[in-house]
Amino acid sequence: MEIQPYYRALMRNMMTIVILVSFAPLLLISALNGYRFETSYREKVIAHLMEVVQKHQQGITMFLNDKLAYVLNLANSVSYDQVKNETFLDQKLAILQKSYGGVFVDLGVVDDRGVQVAYAGAFKLEKADYGQTEWFKKAIKQNYYISDVFLGLRRQPHFIITVKQKHEGKDWILRATIDFEVFNALVESVHIGETGSAFIINKAGEFQTKPRLGPKLILEFQQKFLGNQQFNAETGVNKPVETDDIGFDTVQKKTHGDRGISVGKVNYAGRDLIYLTTPLKDEEWILVYQQEDADAFSDLNQTRNLSIIILVIGGIGIIVMAFLLSRKMVKYIKNADQGKEMMNEQVIEAGKLASVGELASGIAHEINNPIAIMVEEAGWIGDLLNEEDLGKCQNMEEFRRALNQIRTQGTRCKEITHKLLSFARKTDSRVREVLINDIIEEIVSISGQGAKYSNVKIITHLDLDLPKVGASPSEMQQVLLNLINNAIDAIGSGGGSIEITSRRNGEFVTIDVADNGQGIPQAMMNRIFDPFFTTKPVGKGTGLGLSICYGIIKKMGGDITLNSSVGMGTTFHVHLPAPKSENQSHQ
Amino acid sequence: MKTVVMLVDDEVPFVETMTKRLAKRDLTVISAHSGPEALTKLDKEDHVDVVVLDVKMPGMDGIETLKEIKKVHPLTEVIMLTGHATIETGIEGMKLGAFDYLMKPCDIEMLMQKVQEARAKKDKHNEKIAQARIQEIALRHGV
Repeated sequence: MEIQPYYRALMRNMMTIVILVSFAPLLLISALNGYRFETSYREKVIAHLMEVVQKHQQGITMFLNDKLAYVLNLANSVSYDQVKNETFLDQKLAILQKSYGGVFVDLGVVDDRGVQVAYAGAFKLEKADYGQTEWFKKAIKQNYYISDVFLGLRRQPHFIITVKQKHEGKDWILRATIDFEVFNALVESVHIGETGSAFIINKAGEFQTKPRLGPKLILEFQQKFLGNQQFNAETGVNKPVETDDIGFDTVQKKTHGDRGISVGKVNYAGRDLIYLTTPLKDEEWILVYQQEDADAFSDLNQTRNLSIIILVIGGIGIIVMAFLLSRKMVKYIKNADQGKEMMNEQVIEAGKLASVGELASGIAHEINNPIAIMVEEAGWIGDLLNEEDLGKCQNMEEFRRALNQIRTQGTRCKEITHKLLSFARKTDSRVREVLINDIIEEIVSISGQGAKYSNVKIITHLDLDLPKVGASPSEMQQVLLNLINNAIDAIGSGGGSIEITSRRNGEFVTIDVADNGQGIPQAMMNRIFDPFFTTKPVGKGTGLGLSICYGIIKKMGGDITLNSSVGMGTTFHVHLPAPKSENQSHQ
Repeated sequence: MKTVVMLVDDEVPFVETMTKRLAKRDLTVISAHSGPEALTKLDKEDHVDVVVLDVKMPGMDGIETLKEIKKVHPLTEVIMLTGHATIETGIEGMKLGAFDYLMKPCDIEMLMQKVQEARAKKDKHNEKIAQARIQEIALRHGV
């Protein structure tokens, strides 16, 4: 069985080719488009975020500058003596609060030693000593100052704007406290997606606003982010070492020049976080915008996931199709091959029969003449014996017997050669439309006489509605005559009956020739149509009759089969293809 | 008058034996071993009654020879000897004017019978022709 691996290999090859050819362009296009799309989409998103962050930075800067400007204005427009008066200060605070809402919490005047000289606001902070505080140390050295967020004496997060003034050779400071909640709300006002949020840290990494994200995450992020940071002297921006550099630095430099926004990506706890940082407040603060990568590019990810799902489903479809298609094709090819093989066998069989026929007719021709001569010579001897006076010869009778035997055997040879010749001779094989019943009746009437001698009855059951069949009448006669003669021989001397039935059998017209003779042993059934195969005693049959019948019926596109059981009889079925059209044609 | 038979076959031994056997049966036998030879001999000897002609011969075969014979000697009867008994060959020979056909090897008595019949037919034809001549002559004289 070498045939199976061949078909399996064929199927495998077909499948592989189909899959490769279908997948290769699909994957290439998907990868190329996906990559291009992702790159440009990321660039676009990042550019958008940068825009947002810059706007936000500008907004915050403006807010701070605005407040600073107001405090500056206030400080410049009043004298130390005026502001020492707490009632005056209360009035100013009221005006501030009226025009700015709750932004300004309180106002205070601090002298050069850090003691609060005057105070206006909700907290009782008169005479508070700020001499040792961080902000005072910085504020006393500068004309104006915006502090980091701190808890201070009131134990609440806030930050202050201070303006330094001179009065009689001594510095004094006008201090305004900005409401942390308001500032926080301002910074936090950036909401993009689900995780996008902004916050401010100072250089030390302390939060200047309350981030919207969970404190724990922020804490860890802070450690991750600031713990591994290096100070970038050029931009003044903290840049984490672990930044998964995705090429955004170039974008940053191009778009934002020296006020550059750093873009980076940190993998934290299995989550990719992208962040944008930009300096604030003379680079003392850093505005950080943070968003989960998956959130920022959620549209992209969704599209990608959808594409992958489609790709996977399509791929499965292709594989299934390739499998089914190639299986079907291979099955088809297999069937075709089998058909071809069978056809080949039949062609070989037919060729064998034809060559046997040719050989036989050649031999018959060659043998015919020598036999004729021998028979004539024997006849001549016979003639001479008649003439000679050999009455005394004792062996006269033997001579005559021998000559007769020669003649008899010569005649037998003649019969054999004649049958051989008819095996290959050209008969009138022109196919015409014939009524099978007519031929059957004709042949039955011819062989009826012979059958009577053998005590055989021929019974016919003819279907009168049979269509005409394309066949050669003389060949059909030969076939039927052969079958009937065989049947008579099979019945033998005991007598019996032959039943001939014609019937419609699907696409075929079938003639059954059934006898109740001796039957054919199973072992001989396959050889029954072979040339020169005979069961008859030597000298009675040539073994060519059925072989000729087989050849004739096969040539007509029909078939000849048999059922037989020993002792019960034999039935030959001759199947002739009926014409396609159902309507019987009339001449 | 003896019947003159011409035996045409390429098988020399067959012709020889046949000649002897037919001669023994009171026939005058002329033998020929091919179609052309048969035609030449027929031309020389005008009184051949029956030609026994083998169908299968090398070169000019029986059917061609038959055509020639019938063209030149329409009154000479021809009996065909066929190697194989096909109705077609027989019918073709008959169409071309052969008297009958026999299968080889044939029974000598059968052949003799056919020859006699052919001879009788030829005689009858000849007689008719003779009568017609006589009539013609008589009429001519009568006119």
